[in-house]
Amino acid sequence: MEIVFILEQVLNGLLIGANYLLIALGLSLIFSLGGVVNLAHGAFYAIGAYLTVALSPTIGFGGAIIVSPVLVACLGLVIERLLLSRFYRGDPILSLLLTFGLAMVAEQSLRMIFGAAPVPFSIPLWLRGQVFMGEFIYSKYRLIILAVAVLCVAGLWLLLKRTAFGRVVRAGVQNPDMVAALGISLRPYMTAVVMIAVGLAALAGTMMAPVTGVTPTMGAEILTFAFVVVVIGGLGSFWGVVCAAMIVGVVRGLAAYAFPPATEAAVYMLMVLVLLLRPRGLFGERIQRFE
Amino acid sequence: MTEFFRPTRRGLLAGGAAMLAMPSISYGQSDVVKIGHLTPRTGFLGPLGEFAVNAATLAAEQINAAGGINGRKVEMLFEDSVNPQTASAKAERYIQRDKVACIVGEINSASALAIGQVVQREKILFINTGANSDALRGSDCRRYMFHTESQNSMMVRTAGRAILEQGLVRGKKYYALTADYAFGHDLLRVAKRFLGENGATVAGEDLVPTELTDFSPFLLKLRQARPDVVICNLAGAQITNFLKQYSEYGLRFPIAGFGFDTALAWGAGTGNFLGTWPVVWHHLVDTPSAKAFTAAFRAKAGKPPENQGWSDYTAMRVIAQSMNELKSIDATKVVEHLEKGAKFDVLKPREGYFRARDHQLMMEMYAITALPADKVQNQFDIFSSSAAIPGPSESLEAIASTPEENVCNFPS
Repeated sequence: MEIVFILEQVLNGLLIGANYLLIALGLSLIFSLGGVVNLAHGAFYAIGAYLTVALSPTIGFGGAIIVSPVLVACLGLVIERLLLSRFYRGDPILSLLLTFGLAMVAEQSLRMIFGAAPVPFSIPLWLRGQVFMGEFIYSKYRLIILAVAVLCVAGLWLLLKRTAFGRVVRAGVQNPDMVAALGISLRPYMTAVVMIAVGLAALAGTMMAPVTGVTPTMGAEILTFAFVVVVIGGLGSFWGVVCAAMIVGVVRGLAAYAFPPATEAAVYMLMVLVLLLRPRGLFGERIQRFE
Repeated sequence: MTEFFRPTRRGLLAGGAAMLAMPSISYGQSDVVKIGHLTPRTGFLGPLGEFAVNAATLAAEQINAAGGINGRKVEMLFEDSVNPQTASAKAERYIQRDKVACIVGEINSASALAIGQVVQREKILFINTGANSDALRGSDCRRYMFHTESQNSMMVRTAGRAILEQGLVRGKKYYALTADYAFGHDLLRVAKRFLGENGATVAGEDLVPTELTDFSPFLLKLRQARPDVVICNLAGAQITNFLKQYSEYGLRFPIAGFGFDTALAWGAGTGNFLGTWPVVWHHLVDTPSAKAFTAAFRAKAGKPPENQGWSDYTAMRVIAQSMNELKSIDATKVVEHLEKGAKFDVLKPREGYFRARDHQLMMEMYAITALPADKVQNQFDIFSSSAAIPGPSESLEAIASTPEENVCNFPS
């Protein structure tokens, strides 16, 4: 019985991991290619959630799940072109300050527009319910989140591995100077990567809006975890981030089972452990320009 | 020439924090009475702080429209208290630079304690409008600190009476989830005493970190433990998250909680809001002054006030009424006046007064219970309310802590 229950917590942890995955992947992509630690990534997640709440009454949740990430990706386009693009080659501290400022502006704007109180938003009726597998219980909606996450991960992986676009991006991560020497400008690729990354964050926000409190601080709350996932997974490693997200979810589930007050702390302890044993993260690649 | 900043050592320290805030020019106290409002505007208590600010603003406007305090206009200053360290620094700045007549606000028990220490040293009145911890009225009490917010004992006995009537306590097993910080620990202690005294047993108990947003591991634990009732002693926006995910997992155990604010029920939304909870006041209270407040707040903020708004509004009215009756803004005189048992209209059926022993406002409370989704008319009226607790024939102290439970000695 106890073993079965622990197994149930492990599987549930994998579902929790899927929540972090979409955000962490984008964060990792922007950092790998642009060298920018995007502290505003959580803000795009929050904006995605609020757009979903605002748009759902008119276009439905099904519509919002498409439109909200697209709108946020367009916002990402504007911000990348006007602001981020000035900082790719500069001191990393500058882009850190810029994105930190952006995150604060976004949080305060959401507070001014929608108020500080949580905005009510529920799972649409057609997605509600639970799935029982023997003794185990799953929320139908979380399984859908998992499915969406798996689709996005597969899509992103194919994009990076199987397309000309992906080849340039991967080359850009490893050696931007060589890419430039071959006469390829990374700028449009960087714009596209930022749009994809913030779009994924907004998609995560959209998916999480019905099951978590929609408040201006939701972005800051999730961002820390996304960072931990990226650090554990290792820089530049696609599957590292995927594995780390799942491990973090499982560790949280097991900590909640064994010693609840350490539910959050367990994840940070895991990060410390990984950094001690493998400073580049679980699957981190050696990237010359960051050494 | 008005003096902008007097460079004292303490002032310089506080001034460091002041660089970030909008500089406000300090006039002498002669033409206005300044009241410093200090409460969390960001973080997990920020949603409640917004109601506090709106309500305090409304109260100041009404006080000024009625002639102000001793013929002088009230001028409100607002700050985000952030955390205990910042709260302490900002309280000091209010007193030393802005020369406020008193400080109103706070929600976080640890920050309220920090402000309490500052006002005790500076001999300035502070009315705590949102921190519930019994310790603030007991071991950590201060002579210059008063409480319009209810204490945890009052919250526990109010919701406790309601769930006792629903048959959820005697001989039942409970599973308690508690926010892992000062407020939660204090609440858990008081809750366990009540539940134990009334014959309930423990099926499970977890302390939950305040940053936690995903409760699914705990929902699985609840499902495995099969308690008769789930006791949710979480804090702030966490309650909203918990209620949403509890509905998501379709768990059916009855829920009750001992710490609550109506904004959290509104945030969870119709269908997700479940269970029985205590509130110090709610917008459906049917007395003339309560209805007038609700209407005025609605007109100003576009939504009904919640209990945090009530508390700040009431505190402001207590201050104005006391200072007008005394014809003085002297803090020590106001403290003595309140300790003598001055009565106030607190927007409930019976008048309230501050208990001299621990400075807690003695007043009625309400237990609210979620309405079934098909009975909900709009996004705000999503609960039904008990009659005022304690009942009309009981002493207002019936639900408050006893001298044995909570000892306050007012350190000098």
